[in-house]
Amino acid sequence: MAPQAVFTCPTPREALVRFGGEWKISGGMPENRADVIAAFREPSFDKVVFDARDVGGWDSCFIAFLVRLTEMCRKKGVVCRFEHMPDGAQRLIDLAFAVPPREGAARKSSFVPLLDRIGEKTIAAWNAVSNAKDFCLEALASLGRFFRKEAVLRKADLAAAFQEVSFDALGIVSLICFMVGLIFAFVGAIQLKVFGAQIYVASLVAIAMTRVMGAIMAGIIMAGRTGSSYAAVLGSMQVNEEVDALETMGIHSFDFLVLPRLLALSLMMPLMTVYADLTGILGGAFVGIFMLDLSPQEYFRMTVNVLNMRNILVGIVHGTVFGVIIALCGCYRGIRCGRSASSVGEATTAAVVTSIVGIILATAVITFICDLIKV
Amino acid sequence: MADKQPHITGKGLKIAYGDFVLMRDLDFTINRGDIFIIMGGSGCGKSTLLKVLVGLKAPAAGKLIFDGRDFWAGTREDRDIIMRKAGILYQSGALWTSMTLAENIALPLEQYTNLTAAEIRDVVSLKLDLVGLAGFEDFYPSEISGGMKKRAGLARALALDPDIVFFDEPSAGLDPVSARLLDDLILEIRESLNTTIVMVTHELASIFAIGTNSVYLDVETRTAIAHGDPKELLKNPPNKTVERFLTRGEKGN
Repeated sequence: MAPQAVFTCPTPREALVRFGGEWKISGGMPENRADVIAAFREPSFDKVVFDARDVGGWDSCFIAFLVRLTEMCRKKGVVCRFEHMPDGAQRLIDLAFAVPPREGAARKSSFVPLLDRIGEKTIAAWNAVSNAKDFCLEALASLGRFFRKEAVLRKADLAAAFQEVSFDALGIVSLICFMVGLIFAFVGAIQLKVFGAQIYVASLVAIAMTRVMGAIMAGIIMAGRTGSSYAAVLGSMQVNEEVDALETMGIHSFDFLVLPRLLALSLMMPLMTVYADLTGILGGAFVGIFMLDLSPQEYFRMTVNVLNMRNILVGIVHGTVFGVIIALCGCYRGIRCGRSASSVGEATTAAVVTSIVGIILATAVITFICDLIKV
Repeated sequence: MADKQPHITGKGLKIAYGDFVLMRDLDFTINRGDIFIIMGGSGCGKSTLLKVLVGLKAPAAGKLIFDGRDFWAGTREDRDIIMRKAGILYQSGALWTSMTLAENIALPLEQYTNLTAAEIRDVVSLKLDLVGLAGFEDFYPSEISGGMKKRAGLARALALDPDIVFFDEPSAGLDPVSARLLDDLILEIRESLNTTIVMVTHELASIFAIGTNSVYLDVETRTAIAHGDPKELLKNPPNKTVERFLTRGEKGN
C-alpha cells in the first residue's frame, strides 16, 4: 500500500496529520507530500498531532518526512505531539534532534551574483599573482642563503634530486626526442622529396631541434614527470605535517625542500636539452638513412654544416629557463597544497598545467627577444 | 617537583580563520612540569590552538607569553630560538619519509649542535632506546607500524632535550595497550627530565592517567569554560558541558 499523509484541522488551533501505508525508500514519499509541507509553511494552528497508527512498514523515508515537518513546526513555535509511533521511530526522531545545528555552520546560499563572482575571481587571481611573486622572492632569498652557506639542506637530497632529473630521465627523453626528430624528418621529407631536395631534411631537423624543439620537448617531459612529482611529494609532505615539523624545528622548509629541486632542474636542464637535441638528430638520421636512401656520411655532413653555436646556445637558454619555471611551478603547487588527498591531486595537475603554460609563454618571450637582438 | 613557575601563558587569545572566529578570550597558564591537556569536543579548535602555541599560526588577538617573552611579538627568528627548546609530536608522527629513523632524529642535532657524526649516532641510538626502538635506526617510516611511528616521532621531538614537548592526539589510531605504553613513556619523560608536556587529546583514559592541568575548549561558546586538574574537574565539574565530556555523557545531561 502506498504511503499516505492526510492533513486535517479538527479545530482552528490544532492540526492532525494521519500517516498510513508503507513508508519505504523503495516506494517513495506520498503524492501529496508538497501539499502537506505547504500547510506547515505558514501554519494557522499552534499545535499538531502526528498520528502513525495506520503505518504498516517504515524506514528512513518516514523519519525524514517527520523530521522535516517537526523542524518546520519548531521554527514557527508549533507544539508537536507524536501518537502511536512505531517502535524505534520516536527514538530515531529524538536522536535526529539530540544535537542542535551548530550556529553559523550552515553554508550560505550557493547563489552568488555574477558581479560578485567576477570580483571574487579577480581578487583570487590577484592573490595568486601576489603569492607567486612572494614565492619567487623566497626562492631568491633561499639561493642567497645557499651561496652564503646558511641554507640547511642535505647533500643526499641534493644528489637524489640531480639523479632524478638526469640519469632517471634519460630513457623517456631519448624515446620522445628520437620520435620527434623522426616525425620532423618524415613531415619535411614529404615536401622536400617533391623537389628532389631530401638532403635538406638533415638541415631541417638539426636547426629545429637545436634552436627550440629539443628544449621544448625536454621541458614538456620534465614538466610531466618531474614537475608533477615535485608537487606530489611536497603536497604529501604538507598533508603528513612533515613541512610543519621542519618549520617548527626552525629549518626553512624552502631551503630544505625547494632549493635542492630548483638547483637540480636549473642546472641539469641545459644538459638535458643538448641530449634531447642529439637524440632528435638521430631520429631524423634514421628516416634520412633508411627511408630517403641518404648515406650516413651525407646526412651527418649536412647536419654538421648547418649546426651553429648560436642555435645551440639559444636552445640551452630555453632549456635553462624552462628548468627554473618547472621547478618553481612544481614546488609552488606542492608547498601551497591543501591538507587533503584531493588537494595533492589538484596540486599535481596544476603543476603540470602551469609548467606547460609557462614553457609556451617563455618560448614566445625568448623568441621575441632573439628577434629583437637579431640572434 | 613542579615548581609552579609559568612556562606558557595565554592572555585573551583570539583564534580565527579569516572572519570565522574559532576561539576567543582564551586565558590559561601552563606551569613548568605540568602535563597540560587541551581538551574539548571535535572541531572546537584544539589542534589550531596547538598551532598557535608552536608558532605555525598567529593569533588574531591576545598575547602568548612563552618563557616570559611575548612569543608572537618577535620575528620568526626569535620564535625559532624559543622553539629550539621545544619538541613536537604530530598526530601522524610527521616523520620525514625519505629519511631513516636515525636520519630523522639526527637532523635537528646536525643543525643545532656541534656534535661529531659519531656523537650524533650515539645520541640517536639513546633516543631510540628511550622510546623502545633500539635497533630500528636504519628503518624507514614506511617500514614500521603506527605505534612505532609515534614513538619514533617522540624520539625526534626529544632530540634536543627540550624543556617542553607538544603532543597532538598522541593516542589517536593506537590500540589501548600501545596508547597506555605511550602514556607511561610520556610520564616517564616528564618525571626524568621535568619536561613540560602540552597535549591535545580527547582520550579520557590518558587525560585522567597523566594530566595534571587542563583547559576545556567549548565549541558552543567558543572559549575556555574550565581550567585545572582534570581529576579535580571530574570531582567538581564547573558546568554540565565539562561533566558530560569527562563522564562520556553519563552525567551532566
